Amino acid sequence: MTSSARLFRLARVLCSALALLLAAALVQRAEAQDISAALSQLTTNKYDDTEAALGALALSGSPAAAGIVSALADGKLVFGGLPPRVFIEGPGGALLDPLTMQPAADAPAVKPVRVNNRVRRAIEAANGALSLVSPDAGKRREAALAVGRSRDEAALPALEMALAKESDPKVKSAMNLARASILIAKEGITPAERIAAVELVGAEGNQDALAILRSVPESAAPEVKQAAAVAIEGIERNLAMWGMAQNVWYGLSLGSVLLLAAIGLAITFGVMGVINMAHGEMVMLGAYTTFVVQEVIRTSYPGLFDASLLIAIPLAFLFTGLIGVLIERTVIRFLYGRALETLLATWGISLILQQAIRTIFGPTNREVGAPSWMSGSFEIGHLSITSGRLWIIVFALLVFFALLATLRLTRIGLEMRAVTQNRRMAASMGIRTNWVDAMTFGLGSGIAGIAGVALSQIDNVSPNLGQSYIIDSFLVVVFGGVGNLWGTLVGAMTLGVANKLLEPYAGAVLGKIALLVIVILFIQKRPRGLFALKGRSIET
Amino acid sequence: MSMTRQPALLGTSGLIFLAVLFVAAVLVPVLNLYAAPDSAVHVPTYVVSLLGKYLTYALLALSVDLIWGYVGILSLGQGAFFALGGYAMGMYLMRQIGTRGVYGDPVLPDFMVFLNWKELPWFWYGFDMFPFAALMVLLAPGLLALVFGWFAFRSRVTGVYLSIITQAMTFALLLAFFRNDMGFGGNNGLTDFKDILGFNIQADGTRLTLFVLSALALGLGYILCRFLVRSHFGKVLVAVRDAETRVRFTGYRAENYKLVAFVVSAMLAGIAGALYVPQVGIINPSEFSPANSIEIIVWVAVGGRGTLVGAALGAVLVNYAKTYFTSGMLAPYWLFMLGGLFVAVTLFLPKGIVGTYYDWREKRRQHDDIPDEPLATPRPAE
Repeated sequence: MTSSARLFRLARVLCSALALLLAAALVQRAEAQDISAALSQLTTNKYDDTEAALGALALSGSPAAAGIVSALADGKLVFGGLPPRVFIEGPGGALLDPLTMQPAADAPAVKPVRVNNRVRRAIEAANGALSLVSPDAGKRREAALAVGRSRDEAALPALEMALAKESDPKVKSAMNLARASILIAKEGITPAERIAAVELVGAEGNQDALAILRSVPESAAPEVKQAAAVAIEGIERNLAMWGMAQNVWYGLSLGSVLLLAAIGLAITFGVMGVINMAHGEMVMLGAYTTFVVQEVIRTSYPGLFDASLLIAIPLAFLFTGLIGVLIERTVIRFLYGRALETLLATWGISLILQQAIRTIFGPTNREVGAPSWMSGSFEIGHLSITSGRLWIIVFALLVFFALLATLRLTRIGLEMRAVTQNRRMAASMGIRTNWVDAMTFGLGSGIAGIAGVALSQIDNVSPNLGQSYIIDSFLVVVFGGVGNLWGTLVGAMTLGVANKLLEPYAGAVLGKIALLVIVILFIQKRPRGLFALKGRSIET
Repeated sequence: MSMTRQPALLGTSGLIFLAVLFVAAVLVPVLNLYAAPDSAVHVPTYVVSLLGKYLTYALLALSVDLIWGYVGILSLGQGAFFALGGYAMGMYLMRQIGTRGVYGDPVLPDFMVFLNWKELPWFWYGFDMFPFAALMVLLAPGLLALVFGWFAFRSRVTGVYLSIITQAMTFALLLAFFRNDMGFGGNNGLTDFKDILGFNIQADGTRLTLFVLSALALGLGYILCRFLVRSHFGKVLVAVRDAETRVRFTGYRAENYKLVAFVVSAMLAGIAGALYVPQVGIINPSEFSPANSIEIIVWVAVGGRGTLVGAALGAVLVNYAKTYFTSGMLAPYWLFMLGGLFVAVTLFLPKGIVGTYYDWREKRRQHDDIPDEPLATPRPAE
């Protein structure tokens, strides 16, 4: 059952319960803590007495009440002895004292307390009321929310009683809200009270509060209506802001995917000037590496499943890096300085790799599972954030900064930058440019493989996986500015967020088209991207 | 004043090319109509359409060679112009269906009735008239190329950057044409054509005519390109290809030269698309896919970039190989072969078949100081 349906049922039960209990409540509140009277009522074996006892139990606040009511529901509540007493029938027929749940000292002959449909309804009602004072805070909150939604005036006394005892702030605010939403529409309260209720509901600031505020009766005093209008406006503004924030979050999530896909390309294309159309296939190979790792783990070491991604990351890096070095040594090194030819040759390689994967693994999607620490979600304010997406953003940034550090701080990074800036000068300083080329290309490909591990979590692992990223990746790199890693970061995040902000207005496909057109126009304006490398060489 | 002798309009290879084309245009219909159906030389109608399709691909390759071989513009979006021409023709053919569609609506094509549209969208007006449709075959790709090229060349987007944004252009169009709301049949595209200019599109005679027309278009397209590249205009194009900055410094508006070539090329591609659609009987958004456009490039590379004849030859050869290999047991290996072809040609045959042949012939004629084909050996653009 979905949670809303459950809540709805709970609310319905509560309403009937509370209406029924109201009369009993007023009489019996004085002896609320004392349920012995109620217990003795249960021994008369009359339906009316049982019903009255249930009402008393529901409002008693006694910790034993819930157990007694549920025993009655299960037919485990029995009575007998002289004078008649009530017992709960435990496992194996043992008689338990209903207050202490300890085995009773004696074992008189007993028979169950009789139940008919009316009593059953009373049981359900008592259960509902008891959940407002249940020891489980989650249940109390759920019950309070249900009352708030039902907005039944009859529930007010029970609610106020529960409220007086409540100590958990979250549950308390839910109960306050429920009380306020009942008060807003209640007849015969002063405008000041009503305004206080309006303000209390307004502070909640969600869709439910909005619905409650819109129901302020026409007959209400003008200042009440005014207060409601102000609160509604505030909530709507607030919700619009949260909606925007949610879209930005989705955008950052998409941006991090783009960043992962494009960052390897920023190395091969940006630093080396090689147009690697097989870049997408490197991502795909990384995803398939993850698949193979998980298969091995599933069949041989099932306990390691949660670590499968951590194992796959270095393997994917090594495997795709190796393939990259192989491609560089056998094909690309003959084509330096001929960018367009490289484009064609690497496109050919991408076809071969796709077909190879299709031949080995088949053309259909492969199942890559998510480890437990990547599933689940949580909320910040009105933002809902899934852990998987959050991890991918964190991972993308980690990869980005690791790469940045490699280029800035390591020997090989220094050599890569030297070769990029002036190949011949670097060569004459003793740098083996051939080796640096191979390593750079391997690094770019390896990063693509790592991206594949992450993307296997959110995309279908199929031979066509890479194709869907290649155009976007190139646009990100060109948009951000070739040869500039920061440009790639900013480019990816900008395009991701822009895409998600456009989507609500234009729809997914039109938004994407609009974005492509915008990027095309942007490149006209700044042919070298957001962060162009400055230099004297006009054209290459 | 040219100091060297102006090369002949056609040259030896050009003449051979046109002669082969002419013989094919005569022989194929004759063998289809007059050879006995069971004789070895009989050409079945489906082969006629297949050959016709190859010829439209050859024209498409020619249009790519004009800008890639002679101006150095590697367009990864040429398929978009081809598809636009095809859609213009497809819209005409859809309007010709009339009441013979599944829903029998006299005006609305079936897919619009299916989508519950009540009126023909404005951009479908006029496509019931062939001259208008024919004009749109030229104008739709031409205008797109004009606008796109005007922006791109004016801001000096060149080389790889240009390639990437042409790819983005065709990708955007792919997404757009996939949408049902666009009014171009969405996913399924346009199909179920009945007749063209009153002739049944399935009839043997119509198929032969379309084949001959394709041959004619290819021949004329070749002569046009040849005329362009050996004119003064063409010499500036080659200069732009080899050293754009210097051309600009010499006082030429390089971007205007590129723009004209780009638009002409787009229109040629549009014509190719318009002839392609009635012969294959369908046009759908997959023609816009970036992979298709890249495949065109490899036809040109195989035949020989900057040779025109080579582009046409490469288109026919690669597509024949594709038909041959994808229909048999070897089908799963076709992508290996196509991919291998990309790699092999760029590594071992950078000038393509015809370019390599020209080199070889050049070597034999070492003593002749007047080369017959001065444009035949392009330097790499970068």
